[in-house]
Amino acid sequence: MSFDVASLRAQFPILSERPGGRPIHYLDNAATAQTPQSVIDTVSRHEATSRGNIFRGIHRLAEMATEAYQNARGDVARYLGVADPDEIVFTGGTTAGINLLAHAYGDTLNHGDEILLSDLEHHSNIVPWQMLRERSGIVLRWLPVTDEGRLDLDALARQIGPRTRLIALSHVSNVTGAETDVGRVVEAARPVGARVMLDGAQRAPHGPLDLPALGVDFYVFSGHKVYGPNGIGALWGRREWLEALPPFLGGGHMIHRVARERSSYADIPHRFEAGTMPIAQAVGMAAALRWSMALDWKEATAHTQRLTERLLHGIASIDGTRIVGPLGLQGRIGVVSFDMPGLHPHDICQILDGHGVALRGGHHCCQILMDRFDLAGTTRASIAPYNDDADIDACIDGLKDAVRRLR
Amino acid sequence: MNDDLYHERLVALARAADNAGVVSPPALSGEADNPLCGDRVRMTLRVKDGRIAALAHKTRGCLLCEAAAAAIGRRAPGSGIEDVHSIAARLRDWLKNGTDLPAGTWPELADFAPVRAVKSRHDCVLLPFDALIQALKEVDPR
Repeated sequence: MSFDVASLRAQFPILSERPGGRPIHYLDNAATAQTPQSVIDTVSRHEATSRGNIFRGIHRLAEMATEAYQNARGDVARYLGVADPDEIVFTGGTTAGINLLAHAYGDTLNHGDEILLSDLEHHSNIVPWQMLRERSGIVLRWLPVTDEGRLDLDALARQIGPRTRLIALSHVSNVTGAETDVGRVVEAARPVGARVMLDGAQRAPHGPLDLPALGVDFYVFSGHKVYGPNGIGALWGRREWLEALPPFLGGGHMIHRVARERSSYADIPHRFEAGTMPIAQAVGMAAALRWSMALDWKEATAHTQRLTERLLHGIASIDGTRIVGPLGLQGRIGVVSFDMPGLHPHDICQILDGHGVALRGGHHCCQILMDRFDLAGTTRASIAPYNDDADIDACIDGLKDAVRRLR
Repeated sequence: MNDDLYHERLVALARAADNAGVVSPPALSGEADNPLCGDRVRMTLRVKDGRIAALAHKTRGCLLCEAAAAAIGRRAPGSGIEDVHSIAARLRDWLKNGTDLPAGTWPELADFAPVRAVKSRHDCVLLPFDALIQALKEVDPR
Protein backbone atom coordinates (compact mmCIF):
# COMPACT_ATOMS: atom_id res chain seq x y z
CA MET A 1 0.00 0.00 0.00
CA SER A 2 1.37 3.40 -0.92
CA PHE A 3 1.96 6.10 1.65
CA ASP A 4 -1.27 8.02 2.24
CA VAL A 5 0.11 11.54 2.27
CA ALA A 6 -3.34 13.12 1.87
CA SER A 7 -4.59 11.71 5.15
CA LEU A 8 -1.31 12.66 6.84
CA ARG A 9 -1.64 16.23 5.57
CA ALA A 10 -5.19 16.37 6.90
CA GLN A 11 -3.78 15.98 10.41
CA PHE A 12 -1.89 19.30 10.07
CA PRO A 13 -4.38 22.18 10.12
CA ILE A 14 -1.86 24.77 8.97
CA LEU A 15 -1.38 22.96 5.66
CA SER A 16 -4.92 23.85 4.61
CA GLU A 17 -4.45 27.54 5.39
CA ARG A 18 -4.11 29.93 2.43
CA PRO A 19 -2.06 32.93 3.55
CA GLY A 20 -2.06 35.54 0.80
CA GLY A 21 -4.71 33.48 -1.01
CA ARG A 22 -2.24 30.74 -2.00
CA PRO A 23 -1.79 27.17 -0.79
CA ILE A 24 1.16 26.62 1.56
CA HIS A 25 4.09 24.63 0.19
CA TYR A 26 6.05 24.33 3.41
CA LEU A 27 9.65 23.29 2.77
CA ASP A 28 11.30 24.92 5.77
CA ASN A 29 10.93 21.89 8.00
CA ALA A 30 14.58 21.88 9.03
CA ALA A 31 13.97 25.24 10.71
CA THR A 32 10.63 24.37 12.32
CA ALA A 33 8.31 21.49 11.50
CA GLN A 34 4.55 21.92 11.55
CA THR A 35 2.46 20.39 14.30
CA PRO A 36 -0.49 17.98 14.04
CA GLN A 37 -3.91 18.63 15.54
CA SER A 38 -3.33 15.89 18.13
CA VAL A 39 -0.45 17.89 19.62
CA ILE A 40 -2.40 21.14 19.59
CA ASP A 41 -5.30 19.33 21.32
CA THR A 42 -3.02 17.74 23.91
CA VAL A 43 -1.40 21.07 24.87
CA SER A 44 -4.78 22.80 24.93
CA ARG A 45 -6.34 20.02 27.04
CA HIS A 46 -3.42 20.06 29.46
CA GLU A 47 -3.70 23.80 29.95
CA ALA A 48 -7.48 23.60 30.28
CA THR A 49 -7.64 20.64 32.68
CA SER A 50 -4.26 19.92 34.29
CA ARG A 51 -2.39 23.20 34.63
CA GLY A 52 -0.41 23.47 37.83
CA ASN A 53 3.19 23.59 39.00
CA ILE A 54 4.99 20.30 39.23
CA PHE A 55 6.48 18.19 42.04
CA ARG A 56 5.75 20.20 45.18
CA GLY A 57 2.08 21.10 44.99
CA ILE A 58 -0.20 19.17 47.36
CA HIS A 59 -3.33 19.42 45.31
CA ARG A 60 -5.00 17.55 42.51
CA LEU A 61 -3.95 19.83 39.65
CA ALA A 62 -0.30 19.77 40.73
CA GLU A 63 -0.44 15.99 40.85
CA MET A 64 -1.99 15.81 37.39
CA ALA A 65 0.60 18.20 35.97
CA THR A 66 3.43 16.24 37.60
CA GLU A 67 2.13 12.98 36.22
CA ALA A 68 1.81 14.45 32.72
CA TYR A 69 5.34 15.89 32.90
CA GLN A 70 6.87 12.63 34.12
CA ASN A 71 4.94 10.62 31.57
CA ALA A 72 6.35 12.97 28.94
CA ARG A 73 9.84 12.03 30.13
CA GLY A 74 8.93 8.40 29.62
CA ASP A 75 7.71 9.08 26.09
CA VAL A 76 10.99 10.83 25.21
CA ALA A 77 12.92 7.84 26.57
CA ARG A 78 10.84 5.46 24.45
CA TYR A 79 11.42 7.60 21.36
CA LEU A 80 15.17 7.52 21.92
CA GLY A 81 15.15 3.78 22.68
CA VAL A 82 16.51 4.13 26.21
CA ALA A 83 15.18 2.23 29.21
CA ASP A 84 15.74 4.77 31.98
CA PRO A 85 13.55 7.92 31.86
CA ASP A 86 15.78 9.55 34.47
CA GLU A 87 18.43 9.82 31.78
CA ILE A 88 16.18 12.35 30.00
CA VAL A 89 16.71 16.00 30.94
CA PHE A 90 14.19 18.48 29.61
CA THR A 91 15.82 21.60 28.15
CA GLY A 92 14.76 24.65 26.22
CA GLY A 93 15.92 23.00 22.98
CA THR A 94 19.07 21.78 21.26
CA THR A 95 21.00 24.99 21.91
CA ALA A 96 20.08 24.92 25.60
CA GLY A 97 21.07 21.25 25.82
CA ILE A 98 24.50 21.87 24.33
CA ASN A 99 25.05 24.88 26.57
CA LEU A 100 24.10 22.74 29.57
CA LEU A 101 26.73 20.20 28.56
CA ALA A 102 29.32 22.87 27.79
CA HIS A 103 28.97 24.09 31.35
CA ALA A 104 28.38 20.86 33.27
CA TYR A 105 30.67 18.57 31.30
CA GLY A 106 32.98 21.51 30.66
CA ASP A 107 33.46 21.91 34.42
CA THR A 108 35.01 18.45 34.55
CA LEU A 109 37.67 19.30 31.94
CA ASN A 110 41.17 20.65 32.48
CA HIS A 111 43.31 23.19 30.68
CA GLY A 112 44.61 21.53 27.52
CA ASP A 113 41.88 18.90 27.27
CA GLU A 114 40.53 18.63 23.74
CA ILE A 115 37.06 18.67 22.19
CA LEU A 116 36.61 17.62 18.58
CA LEU A 117 34.01 19.49 16.51
CA SER A 118 33.60 19.72 12.75
CA ASP A 119 33.43 22.38 10.07
CA LEU A 120 29.78 21.63 9.36
CA GLU A 121 28.45 22.22 12.86
CA HIS A 122 25.60 24.61 13.56
CA HIS A 123 26.74 27.64 15.55
CA SER A 124 24.93 26.14 18.55
CA ASN A 125 27.48 23.31 18.53
CA ILE A 126 30.43 25.68 18.13
CA VAL A 127 29.94 28.84 20.14
CA PRO A 128 29.21 27.17 23.54
CA TRP A 129 32.49 25.24 23.20
CA GLN A 130 34.38 28.38 22.17
CA MET A 131 32.99 30.08 25.28
CA LEU A 132 34.17 27.10 27.33
CA ARG A 133 37.59 27.46 25.70
CA GLU A 134 37.71 31.07 26.87
CA ARG A 135 36.70 30.06 30.40
CA SER A 136 38.93 27.07 30.92
CA GLY A 137 41.61 26.83 28.26
CA ILE A 138 40.42 23.68 26.55
CA VAL A 139 41.53 23.09 22.96
CA LEU A 140 39.11 22.78 20.04
CA ARG A 141 39.98 20.58 17.12
CA TRP A 142 38.09 20.36 13.87
CA LEU A 143 37.07 17.59 11.50
CA PRO A 144 37.09 18.79 7.88
CA VAL A 145 34.23 18.36 5.42
CA THR A 146 34.42 16.60 2.06
CA ASP A 147 33.44 18.20 -1.24
CA GLU A 148 30.19 16.23 -0.96
CA GLY A 149 29.32 17.98 2.29
CA ARG A 150 30.01 15.01 4.55
CA LEU A 151 32.26 14.77 7.57
CA ASP A 152 35.70 13.59 6.52
CA LEU A 153 35.89 10.68 8.93
CA ASP A 154 39.21 9.58 7.45
CA ALA A 155 40.63 12.52 9.39
CA LEU A 156 39.40 11.15 12.73
CA ALA A 157 42.67 9.38 13.47
CA ARG A 158 44.61 12.63 12.98
CA GLN A 159 42.26 14.74 15.09
CA ILE A 160 41.79 12.40 18.05
CA GLY A 161 44.52 12.08 20.64
CA PRO A 162 45.13 11.19 24.28
CA ARG A 163 43.71 14.54 25.44
CA THR A 164 40.44 14.20 23.48
CA ARG A 165 37.63 14.22 26.03
CA LEU A 166 34.58 14.83 23.87
CA ILE A 167 33.58 14.50 20.24
CA ALA A 168 30.55 16.71 19.55
CA LEU A 169 29.07 16.34 16.06
CA SER A 170 25.85 16.73 14.13
CA HIS A 171 23.96 13.51 13.58
CA VAL A 172 22.68 15.06 10.34
CA SER A 173 23.88 18.33 8.80
CA ASN A 174 21.28 21.09 8.74
CA VAL A 175 22.84 22.34 5.47
CA THR A 176 23.91 19.35 3.41
CA GLY A 177 21.49 16.76 4.83
CA ALA A 178 24.38 14.29 5.15
CA GLU A 179 24.04 11.72 7.91
CA THR A 180 27.08 11.00 10.06
CA ASP A 181 28.43 7.46 10.22
CA VAL A 182 28.15 7.37 14.00
CA GLY A 183 29.66 3.90 14.30
CA ARG A 184 32.99 5.11 12.97
CA VAL A 185 33.00 8.06 15.35
CA VAL A 186 32.25 5.91 18.40
CA GLU A 187 34.85 3.36 17.33
CA ALA A 188 37.48 6.09 17.11
CA ALA A 189 36.45 7.66 20.43
CA ARG A 190 36.56 4.58 22.63
CA PRO A 191 40.32 3.81 22.62
CA VAL A 192 41.10 7.26 24.05
CA GLY A 193 38.12 7.29 26.42
CA ALA A 194 36.47 10.24 24.69
CA ARG A 195 32.72 10.74 25.04
CA VAL A 196 30.51 11.29 22.01
CA MET A 197 27.72 13.85 21.86
CA LEU A 198 25.37 14.06 18.89
CA ASP A 199 23.41 17.13 17.92
CA GLY A 200 20.24 15.37 16.84
CA ALA A 201 18.23 18.44 15.87
CA GLN A 202 17.95 17.34 12.23
CA ARG A 203 17.84 13.57 12.69
CA ALA A 204 15.29 13.35 15.50
CA PRO A 205 12.36 14.51 13.29
CA HIS A 206 12.87 11.54 10.99
CA GLY A 207 11.73 8.72 13.23
CA PRO A 208 12.47 6.99 16.53
CA LEU A 209 16.07 6.30 17.51
CA ASP A 210 18.01 3.55 19.22
CA LEU A 211 20.67 5.44 21.14
CA PRO A 212 22.13 2.40 22.94
CA ALA A 213 22.73 0.81 19.53
CA LEU A 214 24.38 4.01 18.29
CA GLY A 215 26.75 3.82 21.23
CA VAL A 216 26.91 7.55 21.93
CA ASP A 217 27.02 9.16 25.38
CA PHE A 218 24.91 12.31 24.97
CA TYR A 219 22.14 13.28 22.54
CA VAL A 220 20.25 16.55 22.18
CA PHE A 221 17.26 17.61 20.11
CA SER A 222 14.47 20.21 19.91
CA GLY A 223 10.71 19.88 20.30
CA HIS A 224 9.75 22.29 17.55
CA LYS A 225 11.62 20.27 14.93
CA VAL A 226 9.89 17.00 15.95
CA TYR A 227 6.38 18.38 15.24
CA GLY A 228 6.01 19.69 18.80
CA PRO A 229 5.98 23.05 20.58
CA ASN A 230 8.73 25.68 20.80
CA GLY A 231 10.75 26.25 23.94
CA ILE A 232 11.31 22.60 24.80
CA GLY A 233 13.85 19.95 23.96
CA ALA A 234 15.73 17.15 25.62
CA LEU A 235 19.23 16.07 26.53
CA TRP A 236 19.85 12.39 26.97
CA GLY A 237 22.98 11.23 28.78
CA ARG A 238 24.12 7.90 30.11
CA ARG A 239 23.24 7.70 33.82
CA GLU A 240 26.83 7.29 34.97
CA TRP A 241 27.83 10.41 33.05
CA LEU A 242 24.94 12.58 34.12
CA GLU A 243 25.46 11.54 37.75
CA ALA A 244 29.10 12.59 37.53
CA LEU A 245 28.28 16.09 36.26
CA PRO A 246 27.75 19.19 38.38
CA PRO A 247 24.57 21.21 37.83
CA PHE A 248 24.47 24.06 35.34
CA LEU A 249 21.67 26.41 36.38
CA GLY A 250 20.97 26.87 40.08
CA GLY A 251 17.57 27.54 41.59
CA GLY A 252 14.47 25.85 42.86
CA HIS A 253 13.83 22.14 42.41
CA MET A 254 17.42 21.24 41.46
CA ILE A 255 18.54 21.05 45.12
CA HIS A 256 18.64 18.38 47.78
CA ARG A 257 19.23 20.81 50.67
CA VAL A 258 20.11 24.48 50.85
CA ALA A 259 22.02 26.02 53.74
CA ARG A 260 23.97 29.23 54.19
CA GLU A 261 27.31 27.49 53.92
CA ARG A 262 26.59 25.28 50.95
CA SER A 263 23.87 23.49 49.06
CA SER A 264 23.61 19.93 47.88
CA TYR A 265 21.94 18.91 44.69
CA ALA A 266 19.10 16.67 43.61
CA ASP A 267 19.56 13.41 41.75
CA ILE A 268 19.35 13.30 37.96
CA PRO A 269 17.47 14.47 36.00
CA HIS A 270 16.16 17.08 38.48
CA ARG A 271 19.66 18.39 39.17
CA PHE A 272 19.59 19.85 35.65
CA GLU A 273 16.03 21.20 35.70
CA ALA A 274 16.21 24.36 37.80
CA GLY A 275 13.10 26.46 38.26
CA THR A 276 9.70 25.86 36.76
CA MET A 277 10.17 23.98 33.53
CA PRO A 278 8.05 24.48 30.36
CA ILE A 279 5.49 21.89 31.45
CA ALA A 280 2.84 22.19 28.75
CA GLN A 281 5.60 22.25 26.14
CA ALA A 282 7.06 19.01 27.52
CA VAL A 283 3.60 17.44 27.41
CA GLY A 284 3.18 18.70 23.85
CA MET A 285 6.57 17.41 22.74
CA ALA A 286 5.71 13.99 24.17
CA ALA A 287 2.43 14.05 22.22
CA ALA A 288 4.40 14.84 19.07
CA LEU A 289 6.77 11.95 19.72
CA ARG A 290 3.84 9.59 20.30
CA TRP A 291 2.38 10.80 16.99
CA SER A 292 5.73 10.12 15.34
CA MET A 293 6.04 6.67 16.91
CA ALA A 294 2.63 5.78 15.48
CA LEU A 295 3.79 6.65 11.96
CA ASP A 296 5.05 3.90 9.65
CA TRP A 297 8.55 5.31 9.22
CA LYS A 298 9.54 2.71 6.65
CA GLU A 299 6.84 4.05 4.34
CA ALA A 300 7.36 7.64 5.42
CA THR A 301 11.07 7.42 4.69
CA ALA A 302 10.45 5.86 1.28
CA HIS A 303 8.07 8.75 0.58
CA THR A 304 10.50 11.50 1.69
CA GLN A 305 13.33 9.82 -0.22
CA ARG A 306 11.23 9.84 -3.37
CA LEU A 307 10.44 13.53 -2.86
CA THR A 308 14.12 14.25 -2.19
CA GLU A 309 15.05 12.57 -5.47
CA ARG A 310 12.38 14.60 -7.30
CA LEU A 311 13.73 17.77 -5.71
CA LEU A 312 17.37 16.96 -6.50
CA HIS A 313 16.50 16.22 -10.14
CA GLY A 314 14.42 19.38 -10.42
CA ILE A 315 17.17 21.58 -9.01
CA ALA A 316 19.78 19.92 -11.20
CA SER A 317 17.67 20.73 -14.26
CA ILE A 318 18.17 24.47 -13.66
CA ASP A 319 21.27 25.71 -15.45
CA GLY A 320 24.27 26.50 -13.30
CA THR A 321 22.73 25.36 -10.04
CA ARG A 322 25.03 23.54 -7.66
CA ILE A 323 23.88 21.21 -4.88
CA VAL A 324 25.81 21.78 -1.65
CA GLY A 325 25.66 18.26 -0.27
CA PRO A 326 25.35 14.68 -1.47
CA LEU A 327 23.94 14.37 -4.99
CA GLY A 328 22.40 10.96 -4.33
CA LEU A 329 20.06 9.55 -1.70
CA GLN A 330 22.56 7.37 0.12
CA GLY A 331 23.31 8.53 3.67
CA ARG A 332 21.28 11.70 3.49
CA ILE A 333 17.87 13.04 4.47
CA GLY A 334 15.65 15.49 2.61
CA VAL A 335 17.54 18.63 3.57
CA VAL A 336 18.76 20.02 0.24
CA SER A 337 20.92 23.14 -0.04
CA PHE A 338 21.92 24.71 -3.31
CA ASP A 339 23.66 27.69 -4.85
CA MET A 340 22.36 29.50 -7.92
CA PRO A 341 25.23 31.72 -9.12
CA GLY A 342 24.22 35.35 -9.49
CA LEU A 343 21.11 34.89 -7.38
CA HIS A 344 21.10 35.69 -3.68
CA PRO A 345 19.33 33.16 -1.40
CA HIS A 346 17.13 35.85 0.15
CA ASP A 347 15.99 37.07 -3.26
CA ILE A 348 15.23 33.47 -4.23
CA CYS A 349 13.26 32.92 -1.03
CA GLN A 350 11.34 36.16 -1.58
CA ILE A 351 10.33 35.12 -5.10
CA LEU A 352 9.42 31.62 -3.87
CA ASP A 353 7.29 33.14 -1.12
CA GLY A 354 5.27 34.70 -3.93
CA HIS A 355 4.62 31.13 -5.12
CA GLY A 356 3.51 30.07 -1.65
CA VAL A 357 6.73 28.12 -1.14
CA ALA A 358 8.53 28.47 2.19
CA LEU A 359 12.29 27.97 1.85
CA ARG A 360 15.24 29.10 3.96
CA GLY A 361 18.13 31.21 2.64
CA GLY A 362 21.35 32.36 4.25
CA HIS A 363 24.21 30.81 6.15
CA HIS A 364 21.92 28.56 8.21
CA CYS A 365 24.03 29.33 11.32
CA CYS A 366 26.90 27.45 9.63
CA GLN A 367 29.34 30.18 8.62
CA ILE A 368 32.38 27.90 8.88
CA LEU A 369 30.74 25.51 6.42
CA MET A 370 29.86 28.43 4.12
CA ASP A 371 33.54 29.46 4.17
CA ARG A 372 34.46 25.85 3.32
CA PHE A 373 32.40 26.13 0.14
CA ASP A 374 33.34 29.77 -0.47
CA LEU A 375 29.72 30.88 -0.23
CA ALA A 376 27.97 33.61 1.73
CA GLY A 377 24.88 31.45 1.93
CA THR A 378 22.74 28.84 0.26
CA THR A 379 19.06 28.28 -0.40
CA ARG A 380 17.62 25.29 1.42
CA ALA A 381 14.52 23.17 0.94
CA SER A 382 13.78 20.62 3.65
CA ILE A 383 11.22 17.85 3.46
CA ALA A 384 8.87 16.30 6.02
CA PRO A 385 6.58 13.28 5.57
CA TYR A 386 3.54 15.56 5.03
CA ASN A 387 5.08 17.13 1.93
CA ASP A 388 3.86 15.96 -1.45
CA ASP A 389 4.67 16.16 -5.15
CA ALA A 390 2.82 19.49 -5.45
CA ASP A 391 5.20 21.04 -2.90
CA ILE A 392 8.26 19.93 -4.84
CA ASP A 393 6.82 20.98 -8.19
CA ALA A 394 5.85 24.42 -6.85
CA CYS A 395 9.38 24.81 -5.56
CA ILE A 396 10.97 23.93 -8.91
CA ASP A 397 8.55 26.18 -10.82
CA GLY A 398 9.34 29.01 -8.40
CA LEU A 399 13.08 28.53 -8.81
CA LYS A 400 12.74 28.73 -12.59
CA ASP A 401 10.71 31.92 -12.18
CA ALA A 402 13.42 33.35 -9.90
CA VAL A 403 16.03 32.67 -12.59
CA ARG A 404 13.86 34.37 -15.21
CA ARG A 405 13.31 37.45 -13.08
CA LEU A 406 16.62 37.92 -11.33
CA ARG A 407 19.34 36.74 -13.69
CA MET B 1 4.10 41.94 -2.95
CA ASN B 2 6.98 39.95 -4.48
CA ASP B 3 5.85 40.83 -7.98
CA ASP B 4 6.36 44.51 -7.15
CA LEU B 5 9.60 44.09 -5.24
CA TYR B 6 11.87 43.02 -8.08
CA HIS B 7 10.68 45.46 -10.71
CA GLU B 8 12.69 46.20 -13.80
CA ARG B 9 14.28 49.48 -12.69
CA LEU B 10 15.48 48.02 -9.42
CA VAL B 11 16.98 44.96 -11.10
CA ALA B 12 18.66 47.25 -13.66
CA LEU B 13 20.04 49.44 -10.89
CA ALA B 14 21.51 46.45 -9.08
CA ARG B 15 23.04 45.11 -12.28
CA ALA B 16 24.49 48.54 -13.15
CA ALA B 17 26.61 48.29 -9.98
CA ASP B 18 27.76 51.91 -10.33
CA ASN B 19 31.19 52.50 -8.86
CA ALA B 20 31.70 48.94 -7.72
CA GLY B 21 35.26 48.42 -6.58
CA VAL B 22 37.73 50.09 -4.28
CA VAL B 23 39.02 53.68 -4.19
CA SER B 24 42.78 53.66 -4.26
CA PRO B 25 44.42 54.90 -1.07
CA PRO B 26 44.45 57.29 0.62
CA ALA B 27 40.80 56.60 1.40
CA LEU B 28 38.31 56.35 4.21
CA SER B 29 36.62 53.02 4.59
CA GLY B 30 33.63 51.58 6.37
CA GLU B 31 32.17 48.11 6.56
CA ALA B 32 28.74 46.82 7.54
CA ASP B 33 27.62 43.23 8.09
CA ASN B 34 24.18 41.73 8.34
CA PRO B 35 24.65 38.84 10.79
CA LEU B 36 21.31 37.32 9.78
CA CYS B 37 22.38 36.55 6.24
CA GLY B 38 26.14 37.14 6.11
CA ASP B 39 25.86 40.01 3.64
CA ARG B 40 28.67 42.53 3.75
CA VAL B 41 29.31 45.95 2.19
CA ARG B 42 32.60 47.82 2.21
CA MET B 43 32.65 51.47 1.20
CA THR B 44 35.88 53.27 0.37
CA LEU B 45 35.92 56.99 -0.34
CA ARG B 46 37.82 60.22 -0.38
CA VAL B 47 36.48 63.48 1.05
CA LYS B 48 37.52 66.97 0.00
CA ASP B 49 36.12 70.27 1.31
CA GLY B 50 33.16 68.59 3.01
CA ARG B 51 32.12 66.68 -0.10
CA ILE B 52 32.64 63.09 -1.26
CA ALA B 53 35.26 63.35 -3.97
CA ALA B 54 35.40 59.67 -4.88
CA LEU B 55 33.56 56.56 -3.70
CA ALA B 56 33.46 52.86 -4.48
CA HIS B 57 31.73 49.87 -2.90
CA LYS B 58 32.37 46.16 -2.62
CA THR B 59 29.03 44.50 -2.06
CA ARG B 60 28.30 40.89 -1.23
CA GLY B 61 24.57 40.99 -0.85
CA CYS B 62 21.10 40.42 -2.20
CA LEU B 63 19.64 42.33 -5.10
CA LEU B 64 18.11 44.97 -2.82
CA CYS B 65 21.45 45.50 -1.13
CA GLU B 66 23.26 45.66 -4.47
CA ALA B 67 20.74 48.17 -5.80
CA ALA B 68 21.14 50.40 -2.73
CA ALA B 69 24.93 50.24 -3.05
CA ALA B 70 24.63 51.14 -6.74
CA ALA B 71 22.43 54.13 -5.88
CA ILE B 72 25.10 55.33 -3.49
CA GLY B 73 27.78 54.67 -6.09
CA ARG B 74 25.84 56.72 -8.62
CA ARG B 75 24.80 59.66 -6.45
CA ALA B 76 27.15 60.02 -3.50
CA PRO B 77 30.25 61.23 -5.41
CA GLY B 78 29.97 65.02 -5.43
CA SER B 79 27.46 65.10 -2.57
CA GLY B 80 28.13 66.96 0.66
CA ILE B 81 28.67 64.94 3.82
CA GLU B 82 25.72 66.70 5.47
CA ASP B 83 23.46 65.76 2.56
CA VAL B 84 24.55 62.13 2.70
CA HIS B 85 23.75 61.92 6.41
CA SER B 86 20.38 63.53 5.81
CA ILE B 87 19.49 61.21 2.92
CA ALA B 88 20.45 58.12 4.92
CA ALA B 89 18.29 59.25 7.85
CA ARG B 90 15.32 60.10 5.61
CA LEU B 91 15.57 56.79 3.78
CA ARG B 92 15.54 54.92 7.10
CA ASP B 93 12.46 56.85 8.25
CA TRP B 94 10.72 56.36 4.93
CA LEU B 95 11.27 52.59 5.02
CA LYS B 96 10.59 51.92 8.67
CA ASN B 97 8.24 54.68 9.80
CA GLY B 98 6.22 55.46 6.70
CA THR B 99 7.32 59.09 6.39
CA ASP B 100 7.48 60.76 2.99
CA LEU B 101 10.62 60.73 0.92
CA PRO B 102 11.26 64.46 0.47
CA ALA B 103 11.81 65.97 -2.93
CA GLY B 104 15.47 66.44 -3.71
CA THR B 105 16.65 63.06 -2.46
CA TRP B 106 18.33 60.76 -4.93
CA PRO B 107 15.74 59.72 -7.56
CA GLU B 108 16.72 56.03 -7.42
CA LEU B 109 15.53 55.77 -3.83
CA ALA B 110 11.87 55.95 -4.88
CA ASP B 111 12.40 52.63 -6.67
CA PHE B 112 12.66 50.98 -3.26
CA ALA B 113 9.04 51.88 -2.42
CA PRO B 114 7.76 48.25 -2.58
CA VAL B 115 10.34 47.26 0.05
CA ARG B 116 8.51 49.35 2.65
CA ALA B 117 5.83 46.66 2.93
CA VAL B 118 8.40 43.91 3.58
CA LYS B 119 9.90 44.58 6.99
CA SER B 120 12.32 41.68 6.84
CA ARG B 121 14.08 43.33 3.89
CA HIS B 122 14.47 46.91 5.18
CA ASP B 123 17.96 46.19 6.49
CA CYS B 124 19.00 44.86 3.06
CA VAL B 125 18.52 48.37 1.66
CA LEU B 126 20.08 50.12 4.64
CA LEU B 127 23.24 47.99 4.86
CA PRO B 128 25.22 49.99 2.23
CA PHE B 129 24.17 53.23 3.93
CA ASP B 130 25.40 51.84 7.26
CA ALA B 131 28.77 51.14 5.63
CA LEU B 132 28.83 54.65 4.15
CA ILE B 133 28.07 56.31 7.51
CA GLN B 134 30.72 54.11 9.11
CA ALA B 135 33.28 55.34 6.58
CA LEU B 136 32.31 58.96 7.16
CA LYS B 137 32.80 58.61 10.92
CA GLU B 138 36.50 59.15 10.38
CA VAL B 139 35.79 62.75 9.28
CA ASP B 140 32.41 63.31 10.93
CA PRO B 141 32.13 61.22 14.10
CA ARG B 142 28.44 61.90 14.83
